Amino acid sequence: MRLLIVEDDRDAAAYLVKGLKESGHVVDHARDGVEGLALARAQTYDVAIVDRMLPRLDGLNLVQKMREEGNQVPVLFLSALGEIDDRVKGLKAGGDDYLPKPYAFVELLARVDALVRRRQPEQVQTKLVVGDLELDLLSRSASRGGQAIDLQPREFLLLEYLMRHAGQVVTRTMLLENVWDYHFDPQTNVIDVHISRLRAKIDKGFSDALLHTVRGAGYCLRAVS
Amino acid sequence: MRFLNLFRTTAFRLALVYLLLFAASAFALIAFIYWNTAGFMAAQTDETINAEILGLQEQYGQSGLPGLRQIIIERSSGGGSGLYILASSDFTRLAGNLSSWPDVPVADGDWVYFTYDRTSFGETERRSARARHFVLRGGFHLLVGRDVHERREIEGRIESALFWSAVITVGLGLIGGLAMSRNVTRRLDVINRTSRDIMGGDLARRMPLSGADDEFDELSDNLNGMLDQIERLMGGMTEVADNIAHDLRTPLNRLRSRLEVTLMKPATEQEYREALEGAITEADGLIATFNSLLLIARAETGEARENFEPLDLRVVVNDVAELYEPLAEAKRMTLKVAAPRPAEINGDRGLISQALANLIDNAIKYTPEGGAVTVSLKVAGEEAVLEVRDTGLGIPEAERDHVLRRFVRLEASRNEPGSGLGLSMVAAVGRLHDAEFSLGDAKPGLVATLRFKLKD
Repeated sequence: MRLLIVEDDRDAAAYLVKGLKESGHVVDHARDGVEGLALARAQTYDVAIVDRMLPRLDGLNLVQKMREEGNQVPVLFLSALGEIDDRVKGLKAGGDDYLPKPYAFVELLARVDALVRRRQPEQVQTKLVVGDLELDLLSRSASRGGQAIDLQPREFLLLEYLMRHAGQVVTRTMLLENVWDYHFDPQTNVIDVHISRLRAKIDKGFSDALLHTVRGAGYCLRAVS
Repeated sequence: MRFLNLFRTTAFRLALVYLLLFAASAFALIAFIYWNTAGFMAAQTDETINAEILGLQEQYGQSGLPGLRQIIIERSSGGGSGLYILASSDFTRLAGNLSSWPDVPVADGDWVYFTYDRTSFGETERRSARARHFVLRGGFHLLVGRDVHERREIEGRIESALFWSAVITVGLGLIGGLAMSRNVTRRLDVINRTSRDIMGGDLARRMPLSGADDEFDELSDNLNGMLDQIERLMGGMTEVADNIAHDLRTPLNRLRSRLEVTLMKPATEQEYREALEGAITEADGLIATFNSLLLIARAETGEARENFEPLDLRVVVNDVAELYEPLAEAKRMTLKVAAPRPAEINGDRGLISQALANLIDNAIKYTPEGGAVTVSLKVAGEEAVLEVRDTGLGIPEAERDHVLRRFVRLEASRNEPGSGLGLSMVAAVGRLHDAEFSLGDAKPGLVATLRFKLKD
C-alpha cells in the first residue's frame, strides 16, 4: 500500500515511516501541510495519515482542501490535542478515523488496514461469508457449516464487524468504538470476555478456529486457507 | 482634588439629574400657584376699574362735567381703595383724591402703574397703584385706579419665595447629592481597595460586609463567593499538580530504572526484549493515568457541558451493564440490572457511560467470586437515582469522603492495576452534571449513588 504521512515532528515521523515500511507499505513523508497537499495532488495514495497540528497549513485545513479538490483518499488523523469534541471536528473536516496521541503502533497499523479496506467500493451486501461461517444481514442470523448459531444483538454486531474486516487485525479499541460506540478504555479488558463468548459460539466443536487472538494487538477473524 | 473626584462619580451625577428634575417640578408648582393667585387678583382689579370707568363715562354723558365732578368728589371721599383724578386738557387737577396728575406718560385707554403719596394719620407713605386713563369729550382727562400696594407686596413676596426656594432646593440638592455620592463612593471604595489588595497578592482577604444587608452587601457577598470558588479551584490545581507529580513520577521512575538496569550489563536478546516489553506496559499504564487525569481535569472545568444532550439513563445503564455482564459471569458473579423506567436527563453520554463503567468495573474488581453486583435506576421526584451496589469489601467510612475529592485515591489502591482514579473520575463527572455522588455501606459491600436531575 502507498501511504502519505504528514507529520512535522521529525523523530515521530521517522519511527512511523520505519514501522510502516517494515510492515510492507510504501511511505511518503511531508513535513508540513503545504508539502503534504503538493504530494497528495501529485500522487495517488491508499491512506493519508495526517497530524492535526501542522506548520504552514493546519491538518484540518489540509484535509478540507483535499476534499474540496475531490481527493477521496481515506484520512487518519493523529492528534495530541485532547479536546472532547476534537474527534468530531476531525471527522467533520473530512477525516475517516481519528487516533489520539500517544497511540500504540499496532493500533495505527490496524486502523490503516481498515481504512484501505473501506476504500474498496462497498457493494450492498446482504450476506457475509468467512470460510463456512455465514452471517445473513437481512434475517440477522448466523450459521457455521449449516448449523445455526444463536447470537445476542451485540454479539451479532461484533461478529459483523469482525467479518467485514476478515483477515485484518482488529484492536480492542476499534471494537469498543465501532461495536459499542465508546471512546474510552475500560480499566479491565471487557472486550476479551466478549470475544471468548463469541469464540465459544462460533468455534466450539469445530476443528479449525476462525477467531484468532493476535498477541499484543487484538483479534483477527480468518478462514484457514 | 478629592472633592472634584466626587463630582465625577456616577452617584453624584445621578443625584444631579434627580435634583434637576425635582427643581423643575417644584418651579412648575410654584409658578402655577403664582399665576393662580397674583394673576387672578390683577384681573379682578382691572375688571373693577373697567366697570367704574364705564359708569363714569355714562354719568358724564348724562350730566356733563359738573355731574362727573360731583360724583368723583363723592367717591374720592368715600375712603375706599379707589383712586380718581379728573384733569383739564393741560392736566390741571379739577377733582379727585390724587393731589396731582401722576408723572407717567399716558395715552387714551392706556393702563399704567404709578406711585402716589398717601397721607394717613399724619404719615405720608409712597404707595403703588394701577389705573386706566381716559380722554373725555372736551379734552378732559380721567384717571381711575386702585391702590394695589398690598397686591404688589404679595406678588413681591411670592417672587422672592420663588427665588429663595430655588436657591434652597439647588443648595440642599447639591449637598444631598454630595452626601449621597460620598456614601456610595465610600462603600465602593472599600470594595475597590479590597480588590486591589487581593490582586496584590493578599488572596485570603474578603470584602467586608456592612451588615445593612443591602445591594452593596449582596455585591460583596457575591464577590466573596466568587473568590472562595477561585480559591477552591486554585487549591484543586495545586492538589492536581501534586497528584500528577506522584501518579506520573513513580511509574516514570520505574520505567527509567528498568531500562537503566537492563543496560548496566550485557544481556541476551531475550532479556532485552523482556525489558522493552516491560517498558511498553509501563508506558501504557502511564498513558492510562495521564488520560484519566486529563479527563478529570476537563470534567472539572465544565467545558464539556457544551456537548450535553438529552439522553435516557436507562439506555446508558443497559448498554454499560451489557458490556460488563460477560466479565461478571467470567468471575462467577451476577450482574443484575433494575431499571424499570426511562429517565431523561441532559448530559454527556460518553462521560456518564465511562463513569458507570468505572463503578461497575470497581464493583466487579473488589467483589469476591460468587458475589453480586446490582445496578439500579430509580426515578424519585425530580431525580434519577443511579446506584451500583456490590457485596465486596466496601470502603471504610473514614475514607469515603476522602476518595471523592479531586484526584485522590486510596493509598491501598495505588499498587492495584488500573489508574486507580476511577472514583475521582466518577465524582468529577457527577460534579459536571450537578449530580450528587455518594458512597455508602451496602452491608456488606459498597453502594455508590449518583443523583441526576431529571430533564424538565
